[in-house]
Amino acid sequence: MSEQHASEHEHGLKFYWLVLFALLVLTWVTYGAALIDFGHPWSDLVALAIAVTKATLVVSFFMHVKGATSMIKMSAVGGFFWLIILFAFVLADVLTRPGMREFF
Amino acid sequence: MSNTSPWIDLTGTPGQKHEEGIVVSDSHAAATHPPGLAHHFESYEQQKESSFLGMWLFLVQEVMFFGGLFCCYVIYRSLYGEAFAAASRELNVFIGALNTTVLLFSSFTMVVAVNAAKQGNRKWIVYGLLLTMLFGGIFLGVKYFEYSSKWEHHLVPGPHFEWHGEDVGRPVEIFFCLYFAMTGMHALHMVVGIGIMLWMLRPAWRGKWTPENHNFVEGFGLYWHFVDIVWIFLFPFLYLIGLAT
Repeated sequence: MSEQHASEHEHGLKFYWLVLFALLVLTWVTYGAALIDFGHPWSDLVALAIAVTKATLVVSFFMHVKGATSMIKMSAVGGFFWLIILFAFVLADVLTRPGMREFF
Repeated sequence: MSNTSPWIDLTGTPGQKHEEGIVVSDSHAAATHPPGLAHHFESYEQQKESSFLGMWLFLVQEVMFFGGLFCCYVIYRSLYGEAFAAASRELNVFIGALNTTVLLFSSFTMVVAVNAAKQGNRKWIVYGLLLTMLFGGIFLGVKYFEYSSKWEHHLVPGPHFEWHGEDVGRPVEIFFCLYFAMTGMHALHMVVGIGIMLWMLRPAWRGKWTPENHNFVEGFGLYWHFVDIVWIFLFPFLYLIGLAT
């Protein structure tokens, strides 16, 4: 138990201001990126990448998953893992249907 | 006769209650569990771990719930890309960005409340919660005006739906179905969150949450940040997809 306590990340408010600032900057970045036309699937993927980065910041620092016990980490990652399975199997169907050829 | 176990006393000391022939010492007696530690936990650490694990399992369920909505969005976005981009241009990007900023600030003030709870600063738990409710309230207020403008412009799916933009077919209505379903479910989560925070104000002010046990505050914080994350994904995929084309 004392080991757990020692590994727990304790951050001051100054650190959380920095995280907030990063999140606000990334909001502007996602707006800026949306003004550029990267081509059909790529614009969406750029937006997705920025959103995932922002979500990772929130989960790691605001939700204290960085520094949490392995059991909490496993549960959090597990949720997103199943989400990836949901999307992978649905997209494997939808994107390979006739008429969706422009993706490949 | 001495007995080292606090749980079961087989020696039959007079004055203790008898259950099925065994004398059970009352584990609720003073000093068996310190303040803020529930009877069925061994330590504060174990109590904290249990409550966070429970909260995370609930959030994983929420991830799958919103995941279903996002999956629906991804299917129709890949089928009707142009119509979705055209429909998305009907949304006000400035309002979306403003609400994103407001929600990010509310997450920060939630962190302030949790941090104060860790330090046993009950005044700042209350201030943190009030600020979070304020930002949450601003978000919902802005959302109200956004919804009513969509209503006036006949962009709510149904018999009164009218489309005056470029001719991209009926899938624009699907976009607005998803827009209202997703932002509506998100807003509902915020209303519930603000209700819970209202309830939290009194115990927070009375010092219910201590540095040893403030699991409720921190668990609620997890919920609020999750709602923030949902919006982080909603903002680009609802408001920004039509900007470049």
